Amino acid sequence: MDIEKLKERVITLVPEAQLEDNKQFVSFVIPSDKFRLVVENLKSSEDTAFDYLFCLTGVDMGKDLMVVYHLSSTKYGHEIVFKVKLSDRENPSVDTISDLYRAADFYEREVYDLLGIKFNNHGDMRRIFLDENWKGYPLRKDYIDEINIVEL
Amino acid sequence: MKEVIHTPVPKVEEEEYHINMGPQHPSTHGVLRLVVTLQGEIVKKVQPHCGYIHRGIEKMCEKDTYPQIIHLTDRMDYLSAHINNHAVCLLVENALQIEVPERVKYIRTIMDELARIQSHQLWWASFGMDLGGLTCFFYGLRDREKILDIWEETTGGRFLQSYYTPGGLMWDIHPDFQKNVKAFIKYFRKKIRDYDRILSGNVIFRERSINVGPLSKEDAINYAITGPSGRGSGFSCDVRKHHPYALYDKVDFKEILYHEGDTLARYLVRMDEMHESMHIIEQLIDNIPEGDYTAKMKAVIKLPAGEYYQRVESARGELGVYCISDGNKTPYRMKFRTPSFSNLGVLDYISREFKIADLVVIGGSLDLVIPDIDR
Repeated sequence: MDIEKLKERVITLVPEAQLEDNKQFVSFVIPSDKFRLVVENLKSSEDTAFDYLFCLTGVDMGKDLMVVYHLSSTKYGHEIVFKVKLSDRENPSVDTISDLYRAADFYEREVYDLLGIKFNNHGDMRRIFLDENWKGYPLRKDYIDEINIVEL
Repeated sequence: MKEVIHTPVPKVEEEEYHINMGPQHPSTHGVLRLVVTLQGEIVKKVQPHCGYIHRGIEKMCEKDTYPQIIHLTDRMDYLSAHINNHAVCLLVENALQIEVPERVKYIRTIMDELARIQSHQLWWASFGMDLGGLTCFFYGLRDREKILDIWEETTGGRFLQSYYTPGGLMWDIHPDFQKNVKAFIKYFRKKIRDYDRILSGNVIFRERSINVGPLSKEDAINYAITGPSGRGSGFSCDVRKHHPYALYDKVDFKEILYHEGDTLARYLVRMDEMHESMHIIEQLIDNIPEGDYTAKMKAVIKLPAGEYYQRVESARGELGVYCISDGNKTPYRMKFRTPSFSNLGVLDYISREFKIADLVVIGGSLDLVIPDIDR
């Protein structure tokens, strides 16, 4: 599917989706409640077939927290980026896609561990690298690094 | 008459129990802890516990400049140190639209392929040892030493080189570099036949690897298993073919694919890749053009605000670097999508219902490097 058709497809699925200026990928910001619906649709549709999640990460954008998904289709070779912005810093959450892409299982646990974003219905939402009773989320910009390990 | 006393036959253990494999275990190849749930000796579940060597490289990157970050990437997948460096260098060069000299591209491609060979050599060595063949370990390390010697001459480092800089290389190659690399290839072409003789055709090895840890192509894609492990399942994922960088669109090489998806297939992919890597080096080594070893770079490197994604094919699979820049000399956010972390995710799935001894073989065939998982 060419890029223009792909853009149209996403916008018909979610009219609120915002196209981003990105030279490398087609990139959309999707509202968190509609996100899972879009991915389910693009994965199962015959003409898009996004079957390969090659990167999933989180970013602290200062005001919002953001989850970034890089998806690709091994059949057609096209790629797309979805971003979900979460304004609630106390209790951010987004629906999991670990049942659609098994690779997301570990990626989502990593994002939860380092940025504190919860993935609903994940099934095993534990920290993956840090200790269970670690306080705070290190990749957040307002994280206070008491032992100053980064600047040592 | 003496009465015969029948001792009661012990009941077959049906309860499940846990065994901790690691964090200090020779076959986890580093500090990885696997909590294995067993019934008898059948594996029911494997829960990896990571983080023993988590250094927070992504957080450190937010305080470091781009040339400094290159030194951190060495320490992720230390067996593909050159290739990790390459990913960050390409990211910076593509963002600033710098064209590196041809000479640099040649040297980088050769170095990357040397890294792939020595990584597969060490994997072969330790994989043989996991299966109980100690000779493999000595053969593998003996041959790997030759590559480390070549690197030491040029880069000064045997293990962590940090040889690439944004725009080029740290310094030029040693005058003997070409001669030594050619001598190595001649030597290793002979020695790799011993590898096949000692392990590939070995009956015990084949019994232990055929149909062990099967992974279908669909599952490989779904679990994002890249590199030789994915290609053993027929998942065409070689970044060098799909998103060529350096000279990979100019040299002739095959993407090795096997479709069986078992441990033997993953093994054979790596064995064939060593031949392909030597083939690539042979095409380039005599033709390194004269010229500068680095492009002209500004003293302070600042990427324009925006986001960048760069991927390279490391010895373990697809290494992705995702960078968000706000225009400063340090990145706003740097994410490394490392192949070992994704590949670890499938271990539980493919080792279920196999014996615990097979878990060691399956884990070995995925070729995990623990600092690459933990970062």
